[in-house]
This record gives sequence, structure tokens and C-alpha cells, in this order.
Amino acid sequence: MKNQSITNNIDWISIIIYVSLVILGWLNIYSSSLSSMEDTHEKQLIFIILTIPLIFIVLSVDGKFYEKYASIIFGISLLTLAGLFLFGKTIAGQRCWYAIGSFTIQPSEFAKAATALALAKYLSDTQINLKEVNRQVQALAIILLPVILILPQPDPGSALIYSIFIIVLYREGLPSWYVWTGFITILLFVLTLILEPQYVILIALVTLILVHLKSRLADRNIVLSSILLVVISGFVLSVNYVFENVFKQHHRDRFNILLGKTVDLKGIGYNTNQSEIAIGSGGWFGKGFLEGTQTKGGFVPEQHTDYIFTTVGEEWGFVGSLVVIALFAGLFLRIIYLAERQKTKFSRVYGYCVAGVLFTHFFVNIAMVVGIFPTIGVPLPFFSYGGSGLWGFTILLFIFIKMDANKVNEW
Amino acid sequence: MRKVLLPSLIIIATSLLVMRIFYLQIVDDTLKLKSENNAIKKKYEYPERGYMYDRKGKLLVANQASYDIMVIPREVKNTDTLEFCQLLNITKEDFIKKIEKATVYSPRLPSVFLSQLNKSEFAAFQEKIRKYEGFYFQKRSLRDYEVDFGANIFGFITQVNEKLVAKNPYYNSGDLIGRQGVEESYEDLLRGVKGVKYIQKDKYNREIGSYKDGKYDTIAVQGEDINLTIDAEIQKYGEELMINKRGGIVAIEPSTGEILALVTAPSYDPGILVGRQRSKNYTELYRDSIAKPLYDRGLLAEYPPGSPFKILTGLVALQEGVIDDNTTVFCNRGFSYARGRFMGCHCHGGALQLHRGIFESCNSYFATAYMKTINKYSKPAQAVDIWSKHVKSFGLGQFMGYDLPTGKKGNVPDSKTYKRIYPNGGWRSTTIVSNSIGQGEVLMTPIQLANMMATIANEGHYYTPHIIKKIEGHKIDKKFTTKHETTIDKKHFKPIISGLFDVYNLGTARSLRVEGIDICGKTGTAENFAKIGGVRVKMEDHSIFVAFAPKDNPKIAIAVMVENGGYGATIAGPIASLMIEKYLRQKITRVDLEKRILATSLQSRYAKLGGLSEAVKLQLRISDSLLKKKTTIPTVKAKTDTTKSNKQAI
Repeated sequence: MKNQSITNNIDWISIIIYVSLVILGWLNIYSSSLSSMEDTHEKQLIFIILTIPLIFIVLSVDGKFYEKYASIIFGISLLTLAGLFLFGKTIAGQRCWYAIGSFTIQPSEFAKAATALALAKYLSDTQINLKEVNRQVQALAIILLPVILILPQPDPGSALIYSIFIIVLYREGLPSWYVWTGFITILLFVLTLILEPQYVILIALVTLILVHLKSRLADRNIVLSSILLVVISGFVLSVNYVFENVFKQHHRDRFNILLGKTVDLKGIGYNTNQSEIAIGSGGWFGKGFLEGTQTKGGFVPEQHTDYIFTTVGEEWGFVGSLVVIALFAGLFLRIIYLAERQKTKFSRVYGYCVAGVLFTHFFVNIAMVVGIFPTIGVPLPFFSYGGSGLWGFTILLFIFIKMDANKVNEW
Repeated sequence: MRKVLLPSLIIIATSLLVMRIFYLQIVDDTLKLKSENNAIKKKYEYPERGYMYDRKGKLLVANQASYDIMVIPREVKNTDTLEFCQLLNITKEDFIKKIEKATVYSPRLPSVFLSQLNKSEFAAFQEKIRKYEGFYFQKRSLRDYEVDFGANIFGFITQVNEKLVAKNPYYNSGDLIGRQGVEESYEDLLRGVKGVKYIQKDKYNREIGSYKDGKYDTIAVQGEDINLTIDAEIQKYGEELMINKRGGIVAIEPSTGEILALVTAPSYDPGILVGRQRSKNYTELYRDSIAKPLYDRGLLAEYPPGSPFKILTGLVALQEGVIDDNTTVFCNRGFSYARGRFMGCHCHGGALQLHRGIFESCNSYFATAYMKTINKYSKPAQAVDIWSKHVKSFGLGQFMGYDLPTGKKGNVPDSKTYKRIYPNGGWRSTTIVSNSIGQGEVLMTPIQLANMMATIANEGHYYTPHIIKKIEGHKIDKKFTTKHETTIDKKHFKPIISGLFDVYNLGTARSLRVEGIDICGKTGTAENFAKIGGVRVKMEDHSIFVAFAPKDNPKIAIAVMVENGGYGATIAGPIASLMIEKYLRQKITRVDLEKRILATSLQSRYAKLGGLSEAVKLQLRISDSLLKKKTTIPTVKAKTDTTKSNKQAI
């Protein structure tokens, strides 16, 4: 009787994609584990099996529960993050794990779902208008709280993910200049690293003049344009300063490799180079399951975690990579589609957060693996080895699936 | 608008990733290669190179073990340098330099310390090698020459250059490859096919087993042994006769086109290009731009053929029907072919027919025959083209297609040639009459001369000359068993051959007769000039002789060319006769001739060439000492200068 209600109105498309990704992920972990002599594939299989009761619990909980207890869940999550400073276990210089016996658990993987819930809860109040500055500050505070706790662990990869919540806020009414500012900032930053600062300023000047001439007379604002130019120039000039003085050497290296300025294939450039070689050697159809020479030779570091996609690229080729990417993109778009048809603002915002968080992980991870993004530790959802990650993403996704299934009851 | 931002972002970002992956996997194929270098190691197994035998089965070229001394600089410890250097016969400075060089390459990886030591050089060191930490040896297979001649035929083995490595996927850096001669033209057969073992490596470069259970591994295929058409006896004899001379000898078996001997002088002992001294020796050979020991004169030297070409002039005239056996030409010790134009002649003069025309080598007779051929047609251009076609059917003016890697086309002029020389026209038979006696625009290489004689011996056909006799388990190329017919009817050869026979009985070569062997031959002389101190100086003529024997059922056709040797009967003629006797009888009855030729040295004439600077002289001496390893005969000063008896030879 209860079982039936769990599967009622459930979105099977999302579930099928989810299951496919988890299975494909495990196959690739299996392949990559053959070189490492470790039993990562066995452990991952246990993690996968343990997701079944997890999903069962998530789906069994009453749909209203998440909205009602969102703040509490968020609070607990923040506490677990803060607790790391006292009880955390340091692995590879990062203090982001709790050790329970031989198992370790990474609370930041669960904090994303909690933050998404908190943000959804905050925005679900119909009184909230994101055009107001103090609302904007409050919303941003929700996002920044976990970021502040995560950054010093240090775990810049996990922190980076939270930037996608800006897009969610924009969906819910945040003024568009936030997004534009962010976009232009990134653009200017990258441009300044590639070109000399004076050229970037020149480009900005020309662009501003063109915009100025193109816009209607009434909209022309010479003062604003000038201020913009000064701000941009200041930013551009400070980028070099920040890059050379604030960034640490290994951060600089990561950018330099990406820009092709440093070619040190044995040292810092090794990961990206090996990763590109492994993927590039796959060709159209790949070398076949368990036949990847780079995978077998263990050339790609962290292959079963952050670099798991190299196995896909090498053994399944372009076709296989395309299938995996299509599955992910399909899942994201499906979630957005489902989110848009939610009846409550709470579940819509939450759905958006789910799609955004998963997408950011996916993009940052694969972009890094294929060498178009600096090296940054972000797992590929459902694929990368690790219990915390898998469970975190599973919970994140299935809370939304539960909400989506629940909407009929609400009606 | 707000709804579409995230979906758009997803679609754009995904497309970006797909494009990047497409670039990595499909467009950029260097990554695939890197992956192979990365993870898969190929271990090669080199097969032994095929042996070379002569036509009678005598072993000419085999293989020998050689040893490379390898060093890993980091592991070198407590070496007794003095003893070490003594054992390897190197100086202490050498030792330090080599170790430094190896260290620069890599302190951890092995590099070659000393390469290509032979068994005896290595033997003493082998016993003690365990004492020297950081040193070990690697065995390789190198050529072992059983004979000290034939260097130009065999070619040599060398390390493949990087250009070829890039072009031909079979070769890897450091592989050996045949260069020049048979080693180059039969490289594919001789080398065999190397075997490959694919080994999966891990990131520490450790071998972790065979790749795909050895599915792609191959085993080495032995190189094929081959028999050359060369007769070792006469090849050796020819090289001995050519000592202290420059030039070439080519002998062909007319019935098959098999090359019996291919001599170039000066030559060198093939063994000097193996072992520790090889690169020093090669450099010396290569640098010698005067004597050019690496230049195969038998195949590459183009000369105006001189009198032997009269044979073709006669044949073409007979074929065109402008002369017959009885056509008489009156020779007035020369020939006025146009107003004020006189071609001198050394024959005895008077009224001549074809037969005497040949054995006395009468210029007037063949000039007349040639002009009659050209004047038969109303337009000289048409006539020259017809003549040219006849001559080319003997394999002249073209690459003959033999199986050695070098060659020259020679030259047979046609109407186009003369259009170029005389753009305003106006040329006639008289303008080009010197072609008749092989002095005009005609150029031939010794192998073309030899092939011409083989064709005459066969009375009108030839087989493409070739050096390959037998390859175990393979057929030789069909083009070497295909008959090439000339455009001259068989019946026209009879009178010519009888004339050539009397060259030995009554004519220019009567002093060269070998009792009991009917030889048909023809002397020749080619004028030549050299630039000495910027002035064009007429040098002593090149001595040329062509022959075949025996007259009936010929077994050997031969062409001999000796640079600056004087008249054809002086040096080239005796050499041809001796070669023929040696081949047909395996012994020499004309010991007087043999003695004279062996003692003849033309070095003093060659020394005049180019008014040698001290540096060049020094170089020449160095290479001569290198070349003359086998010279035992004392140098007799230019004996040919005093023998002026064969005046009538042209």
C-alpha cells in the first residue's frame, strides 16, 4: 500500500536517466580500478546499493516535510560544515571529511541540497521581492553562508558550485545586471589573462562607444559610460595584480596551462595533458570496455574520481562521450521542464537549484577534464567515485522527484 | 527571458564540451600517437639480414656479430680508467669526453659508449666487463664481407635517417638500412621483417604485461638470401686490372642480360664501412671529389662513345637500306663532307666496303652512311627522329630499368634537340655528321655500351641488364626475362659481326687476340677536356673498348672505359680481352698483356687534373692509401705514354 504511493506520479524519465548514469559510472570506475589495485569498484558498488534504501527513505517522507523543515535542515548542514574545523579529518591537505571508522563522509556534498532547500523556502514567501536590495542581501547571505564555511577547508571547487544559485535568483526576479556584471567580469578576467591589459581596455572603450552610438538619444548617458570605463579599466589593471600577488603559484599555473603559457607536462601540466591524451586516443568509437591503454596504465591521476570522464572518452570514444553528455543534458532539461510546471514556488525554486547544481558540477568537471577550464576538484555527478558525492546528489535529485510526484496531491 | 537563461546556458555549455571532445578525439590525431608512446612499448626483434652469393653460389656477404658498449653514467663507479682505456684502445680524453656526452644525454638512461666493435676487439673487454659498473654491451648484427671487392655492387648498411623514419612507418630511429647497390635495391627482401612485441606500460614506465595478450604481436621474418648474377672471379679480376686507373667495366651475359661484372675504379674494400672506423672512412670516401670512389662509373659516367657507335650507324644505314655490304666509299685519309669541312680518318684509305670500314674504323665510311640515312628523307628533322628511334631501341638515351639504384640516361639527340641548339633551323646532315662516329651529341654509360654489345651478340634483342639471379622462394622480376627487340632486322647483324670479328684479326685490336677464343670487338676513344687553373685543357683521351665472345653463341659482352687511358687498344682493349679470357677459360694465357696492364698506373695523369692544391693532394693521398689496401704491384710511371703503336685507333 505504502510502496504504491511511493512510486505514484513519479517521473520515470529522470529515474531512468539517473539509473543509467549510475550504472555507466560504475562500469567506468570498474575499468579504471583495474590499474590501481584498489577495490574502488567494490566500494562504489556498496555505495550504489546503499542508495536504494536512501531513495526509499527520501521518497517515503511526506512531501511537505522538506518545505517545513528546510531551515532546520540548512542549520544542521551549516553546523556539520562548521564542525569540520574542530573534528574534520585532513586528506590531501583538505579538511572536509568526518571519519567514521574506515569510512569518511564529506558534509559539503550534502550542504548543496540543504542550501537549495533553504533558498527555496526563503523565496517561496510571496512577500519576497528580489527587486529590493535588502531581499537581495538576505538571499545572497543564504548562499554565502555555506560558501564561507567551505572555502577555508579549502575546497574552492565545492564553493564554486554555489555561484549557480545566482542564476536561480535571476529566474525568480533578481535584476539582470547581476548576471551581466558576473558575465562581463569573467570575460574581462579571461581576456586580461590572454591579452595585454591595454588591449582589453581598448576593446572595452570601443565597445562602450559603439553601445553609446547605437542606443537611443534618451538612453545615452555619457557619465555612466565613463564611470563604466573607469571601473572596467580599474578591474582590468587589478587583474594582473591579483593574478601575480593574491593568487598562489599553483593557481597561476592552472590558468597558465589552460592558456598554453606554461607547458610543463611532467609537473603541473601533467594531469591535463594525460587527460587530453586519454580522451583524444579514443577516436570515434573508443578502444572498448576495459581496453583503454591509458586507463590500464594508470596514466591519468585521480581517474576514478574527478577524471572519470577520461575513461569514458578513451574506452567508449566520441560516440560514448556523446551518449553520456546527452544523458546529462537530458536530465538537466527534464528537471527544468518539471520545475517550470510546479504549482508551488518552493518546489520550482528547488527544482531550479537541483538542475543548476548538477549542471555546474557536470560542466566544470568535464571542461576541466577536456582542458578548457582550470584544474579544480569537482566530482562528476553519479559518475565519480565516492559515497558522499553519490548520496548527496541522489538526495538532491530525489527530494525534487518526490516534490514533483507530490504536486498532484496538493492540487 | 528569465526562464530561458538556464536552459540556454546548459545547451551552449554542452555544445561547447561536445565540440571540444570532437576536436580532441577526431580532429587532433597527435593525441592518439601520444597515447601509444605513453602506454604501449614496442619491443622489436631484428631478423638477420639475408646473405649474398655470387652466380656460382660463392658466399660474398654474410653477417657478423658486433658489440656496442653501453653506459649508464649514474651507475659508473670505481672504474680503473687506465685498464679500461687500454682494453678498448681509446685515450683517457676519449673516455672522459664520451662519458660527458652520455651524461648530457641522460645520466639515468643507457647510451652508446662505443659502437660496432668486432669480435676480436670485444673479446678482451668481454672478460672484464663485469668489473665495470655502469657498462654493459648490446649485441648487433653487422655485415661481414667475405671478399674485398664489389663495394659498388653491394652498397653498405647505415643508420636510417630521420627523414625516412618520418616517411616510412617501417623504420624506427636507429634502425639499419641498405644504402646504394644491392643493399638498397633489394632492401625489402634482404632486411626481412622485424618482429614486434607490444607491451603495456604503466605510468612509472614499468612493463605490466603484454598488450591484449599479444594479439598484435608479430614474429620476425628472416631476410632472404639472394644470388647475384656477378661472377666473383671476374669481378675480382676486373677490379685488380683497374688498380691505379679510373673508369668502369661492365660485363653482361647476352642470352639473359645478367650482369657478370660491374667494376668501378677507384673502389674500396667494403669491409672498411663496418666497425669502429666506418664513419671516418666513409667521410674520407665521400670527401674525395676528384677520384670519387663512391661514384659508380660503370653506371653513372656518361661519355661520347666514340668509334663503337659506328656499329649502330652501320646497322641503322643497313636497316634504312641506304647501304649494303657492297656499298663502296672512297676514303682519302679523311672525308670532305661539305665545302671546307673535313673529317680526318686514321684508316688505310682507299675504297672500302662495310666490312673493312668496321675493322679499320673508317670515319669516312660511316660519315657517308650516316649522311645517306639522314638525306634519305626530305626533312632532316624527320630523318633524325627515325634514326633516333632506331638507336633508342638498343636501350640508349633512357634509364634501362636495371635493379641498381643509380643510373644515367645518356643522350640520343632527336629533332627536338637540334631545334633547341639551332632555334633558327638550317641544320642538315652535314651539321650533325659527327653523330656518325659517336662524337656529336650522343652520350652513353658503360652499362649502355655493354648492353649494346649484348644486343649485337644476340643479333637484335636484349634483356634488361640485372644483378639479381635468384631469390629463395621468389621469382625475379618479369621485366628481366622479357625480350626487348630492336628495330633492326636480324639479317643486318651478320655483316657487322663479321666486321667486329676482324677487328681482332686484321683491325685495331689484332694485338689483343686470345688464341682459341673468337672475340668480336671495337676500339673507341673519347676526347675530353678538364679545367685546369680556369683554362680548358684537352686531356688524354678516354680509352674505350667493347666486345663480345665467343663469336658463335656468345657468353659475355663487355664494355671497358678507362679515363685518360689513351687509345682504345692501349688499355681498355687489353682489359676487355683479359676479362673475356678469364671468364671463358678461368685462366690467362696472355700473361704479357696481364703483366703490362697490372703494372700500368695512370696516377701521374690524374694528378694533373685540376692543378691540385696542397690540401686536395693531401686528401687524395689519404684516400689512395685507404683504397690501395690491396695494391701490391709497384707503380710503373705512365707506361702508356710511350706506347704509341696503335695510332689508327680512334
